[in-house]
Amino acid sequence: MLKLHYNLEKLSMGLVGAIIVAASIGGIVEIAPLFTIDETIELPDDLRPNTPLELAGRGIFIREGCYACHSQMIRSLADEVDRYGAYSLAAESAYDHPMLWGSKRTGPDLARLGGKYSDFWHVEHMRDPRAVVTASIMPAYPWLDRMLDTSTLGRELAVLARLGVPYSAEMIDNAERDALAQSRPESDDAADVQARYGDRVAVRSFDGDPERLTEMDAVIAYLQSLGTLTSSASAVLKENGS
Amino acid sequence: MSDPANSRGVTDPKEIAGADPHTGEREIDPVTGYDTTGHQWGPIRELNTPFPMIALVALALAFGYSVIAWFLLPAWPTGRHYTPGLLALDQGQEAMRDFRAIQARRGEWFSRFADPDFASLVADRSLMAEVMPAATRLYHDNCAACHGDDGGGGPGFPNLRDNHWLWGGEPAKIAETIAVGINSDDTDTRVAQMPSFDWIEIAERNSIADYVVQLPSGNTDPASAGGKLFADNCASCHGDGGVGGLDNGAPSLTDHSVIYGQDLSTELITLRHGRQGVMPAWVPRLTVEEVNLLALYVWQRSATASKVMK
Repeated sequence: MLKLHYNLEKLSMGLVGAIIVAASIGGIVEIAPLFTIDETIELPDDLRPNTPLELAGRGIFIREGCYACHSQMIRSLADEVDRYGAYSLAAESAYDHPMLWGSKRTGPDLARLGGKYSDFWHVEHMRDPRAVVTASIMPAYPWLDRMLDTSTLGRELAVLARLGVPYSAEMIDNAERDALAQSRPESDDAADVQARYGDRVAVRSFDGDPERLTEMDAVIAYLQSLGTLTSSASAVLKENGS
Repeated sequence: MSDPANSRGVTDPKEIAGADPHTGEREIDPVTGYDTTGHQWGPIRELNTPFPMIALVALALAFGYSVIAWFLLPAWPTGRHYTPGLLALDQGQEAMRDFRAIQARRGEWFSRFADPDFASLVADRSLMAEVMPAATRLYHDNCAACHGDDGGGGPGFPNLRDNHWLWGGEPAKIAETIAVGINSDDTDTRVAQMPSFDWIEIAERNSIADYVVQLPSGNTDPASAGGKLFADNCASCHGDGGVGGLDNGAPSLTDHSVIYGQDLSTELITLRHGRQGVMPAWVPRLTVEEVNLLALYVWQRSATASKVMK
């Protein structure tokens, strides 16, 4: 074996070939499961895609680099389950393009943040984190009070639909209207949002001002949706006898 | 590179200077006993030092372990499945087993919070000493973000340490408030809606606000314009003269305790836009036991408890 290696070292093309063979074994072991991922990851029946407003908030979450400090994946470790709740399932982020699992936690994990705090708290916290959490080192994001640009949402939905997220043509056509309506519970279109995306979608004025559709509305709609797109993870926790 | 053969890039040992032309064997270094590579830089010749044995042993051990691991642990993908390994380990199940072990360790005192008699729990001092660290951790993970590390609250978030309760200050009542929340999406949520009074003339709103600002001082005249408007529009929730205590979420306006503020400008904002503060429901995010523990913790740190305990 060593002799073979000794001789191989002197044959440069032979060595290149051997390196390719050795490295590709490792690669194939990691890549092969992806060939059948559509069949091996079972999508929960109740999994819904993000609404256009949540999707806009997700874009702002990425734009502001929130993922650099906040992970969105609860690992399958007992103390994580104890603190954050049910560990994350692959299916939960099936519609995420790109996924935002992260591995760096300067701030806490956000995978189960939806519904944990009130919208008012999120607004205060975004404008000045120290006003509510004295020891926080999170930067303030006061500029989220500016108006939300919804003009690209229809196209964003269309792209995601091509990637396999179940956005219907109706959803794509009404993306801008739905984004506005989700922050205006009194408007005529508000019921349509829930008709299209399900009853569990929160239709509220997230930043407390229904007159203006701001980036704050979008970010908070997104944060309040985290962990609520399906109930399958908490079902796993129950099954395992929590 | 003194040797012309090397400079032509020759790699066959048989062609390298110093090697035996038939066997390719090279000169043995007399000091170390190793052979030489045939490379020569002036008077310096390169030793062909053998690969260290310890590295080879480590490589062999690592390779041996990996073969054993293929059989014991989940390893190779096989299309729609994978080789699960003889130990049948599953990270998720392991996490849940560890999680249950954690819960079992807490079980002794945890179960006493399932349907608690708070008075007897508080009297059990050794139990209190055991559970309070857990309660502190729960409070800081879940409640402190709004109510503050010390429970002192802040603008928009009620103070939990004073003696003022909107929904009852006994531990059982506090536990229910935590469980169902206020204006939350729980079906049994407590509901507190301060409506908007923007339909009242602005001059009249001003006189109500003036009256409410004065309420804590006691220097108010119920027969004044503001007093009458207050009686007509506000007293049904906030009580006659704003004393509160109706357990409907409407605070007393006479007790110096504020959530949003009782200065004139805050009053006018409140009257114009109303207030619908939200406290999330904590069941099922927390278990009933955890909620009861938190209720006891909050109650113990409040001024109400310090009065009772004396």
